[in-house]
Amino acid sequence: MSILINKDTKVICQGITGSVGTFHSEQAVAYGTKMVGGVTPGKGGNDHIGLPVFNTVGEAVEKTGANATVIYVPPPFAADAIMEAVDAELDLAICITEGIPVLDMVKVIRFMEGKKTRLIGPNCPGVITPGECKIGIMPGHIHKQGKIGVLSRSGTLTYEAVGQLSALGLGQSTCVGIGGDPVNGTNFIDMLELYNKDADTDAVIMIGEIGGTAEEEAAEYIKREFKKPITAFIAGATAPPGKRMGHAGAIISGGQGTAEAKFAALEAAGCSIAKSPGELGTTLKNSLN
Amino acid sequence: MNIHEYQAKEVLRSFNIDTLKGAVANTPDEAVAAAKEMGGSIWVVKAQIHAGGRGKGGGVKLAKTLDEVKEHATNIIGMQLITHQTGPEGKQVNKIFVEQGCDIEKEYYVAALVDRATDRVVMMASSEGGMDIEEVADKTPELIHKVVVDPTSGLMPFQARQLAFAIGMNGKVVNKAVKQFIALYNAFVAKDCSIAEINPLVETKQGDVITLDAKMNFDSNALYRRPDIMEYRDLTEEDPAEVEASKHDLAFIKLDGNIGCLVNGAGLAMATMDIIKLYGSEPANFLDVGGGANKEKVTSAFKLILKDPNVKGVLVNIFGGIMKCDVIAEGVIAATKDLGLDVPLVVRLAGTNVELGKKLLAESGLNIIPADDLNDAAKKIVDAVKGGA
Repeated sequence: MSILINKDTKVICQGITGSVGTFHSEQAVAYGTKMVGGVTPGKGGNDHIGLPVFNTVGEAVEKTGANATVIYVPPPFAADAIMEAVDAELDLAICITEGIPVLDMVKVIRFMEGKKTRLIGPNCPGVITPGECKIGIMPGHIHKQGKIGVLSRSGTLTYEAVGQLSALGLGQSTCVGIGGDPVNGTNFIDMLELYNKDADTDAVIMIGEIGGTAEEEAAEYIKREFKKPITAFIAGATAPPGKRMGHAGAIISGGQGTAEAKFAALEAAGCSIAKSPGELGTTLKNSLN
Repeated sequence: MNIHEYQAKEVLRSFNIDTLKGAVANTPDEAVAAAKEMGGSIWVVKAQIHAGGRGKGGGVKLAKTLDEVKEHATNIIGMQLITHQTGPEGKQVNKIFVEQGCDIEKEYYVAALVDRATDRVVMMASSEGGMDIEEVADKTPELIHKVVVDPTSGLMPFQARQLAFAIGMNGKVVNKAVKQFIALYNAFVAKDCSIAEINPLVETKQGDVITLDAKMNFDSNALYRRPDIMEYRDLTEEDPAEVEASKHDLAFIKLDGNIGCLVNGAGLAMATMDIIKLYGSEPANFLDVGGGANKEKVTSAFKLILKDPNVKGVLVNIFGGIMKCDVIAEGVIAATKDLGLDVPLVVRLAGTNVELGKKLLAESGLNIIPADDLNDAAKKIVDAVKGGA
């Protein structure tokens, strides 16, 4: 088992004919992901990298039976693309696009109320269930099948965690990048609930960042309900207040969102704290004993 | 992106927010001429910098005569204004804003911002106007009132009334405030703000509701569709290295330490800074080269890092996903040769094409210290810098 995606997930790509969509769709196919088609308005009816292209998401779903989509549409059009996926009632939409205006995302989240689609991202590396399905931009070869969940707001820092785990012989059940934007589709708690129920996840690494209070809220949930060992790390202990550290969401403002407060909340919730980003794997390994 | 107070007031006025008469000035003479033209018997001379706390730092002065306008303008223009938001070195004042005064009955606070907890725009108001709102939030959170706005309806009058009554407004002032609150929300959305704050919003003895000071910050992801706001950008308010970085599409923040960092990805870049500190040194910068870095981008990144005279060593930490390690290695080699690097350089590569990348570095004949993992990299650069000092 795994969470969100597995070998049976049928995936379409929105923005498949663009250079980014093309490259990562090829990579996904090579990894073994069941890619069933793509969407580029105006290019419907063509084939691209061996996959059928459709004008609308609705048509793509109808013809291919897809239940997930990955979105590589440029920022000005990405909110619209997400809403189209939601309207087509896909189970899962993963938006990789970085740089979507935050007020566009406010509209998207409002639009999603009462609808069935789960959105991961935007501004995220995607989701991978090693050996079964890769949706996103992460390098597939660093992953190993196994029983550790990896949950993160960051991209390359997620790879770092995966790399350390794999080097220690600890494979992963599913790795989820929820993205570095302040307004996004899925938070830590949503994913922890899934890991909690997943029989094939034994422990979780959770990687947060400065900014917002998502980690503090996750800590409350962990204390209350989470049954498996969690190793936690927060990036940005050295970041000065008021400066946006690359990600739109990574900013300490009004004394809120400091790494110190987040580490303290997670430690109080019973998480094993990786003090250093060089000890993500070893801290998790120790938590298993 | 931040803009000046006088610019924020220009934007807000275009949404029918009421402000006093005012004019921007670059010299004391311009200030006096402006004060004379707007008339009145009292003026406020305000330093225009992108930081709060200007009053406490001596950047806001009341003038009762034109001579006083001149005196304050002379003192403020060119001063190095230090506030709790400027850092200890302060910021040089290049422009002032001269504004009429008014008879204040009561001061309030109102702001619009994106609330991450609700994924909505929230309007916040308080009876404690003119104060540092973070202090109010900390000490008397019950005095801050909020309404959450549904993006499909916008801020409704009933919500604006809730706020007005909650902060203790009465009588005719309420309806005036409601109009101002709705205008503020409309401006926030129409211009893609991340924060729009009026502090203080004042009720005058004559019963008017006026914006005395305003701060607006804009979502940098949305600037592409706000060319009018882009025109307000004041590069003299930004760190020159950060401006240079943005030209090359690099995310760069200058810090106070002596180890330069070149990393791909914001999270890993922060983590790299953190681990340098854990090994006992301080990072000189945050630098994310992004996902699609090539030789040119790596070279520009090196140039930026090495411009800082405090830098005594550089750590390159790349976890290649889309980015291939051999491409990065070529970039590092080219930049090192071009720039004649004379400080220790530690390179840690992982991910796609890592073996090829390591081989290129080893065969380059350059004095590059290779590292196997994050711990090894941090330890090696800290040791190399300390050993050289």
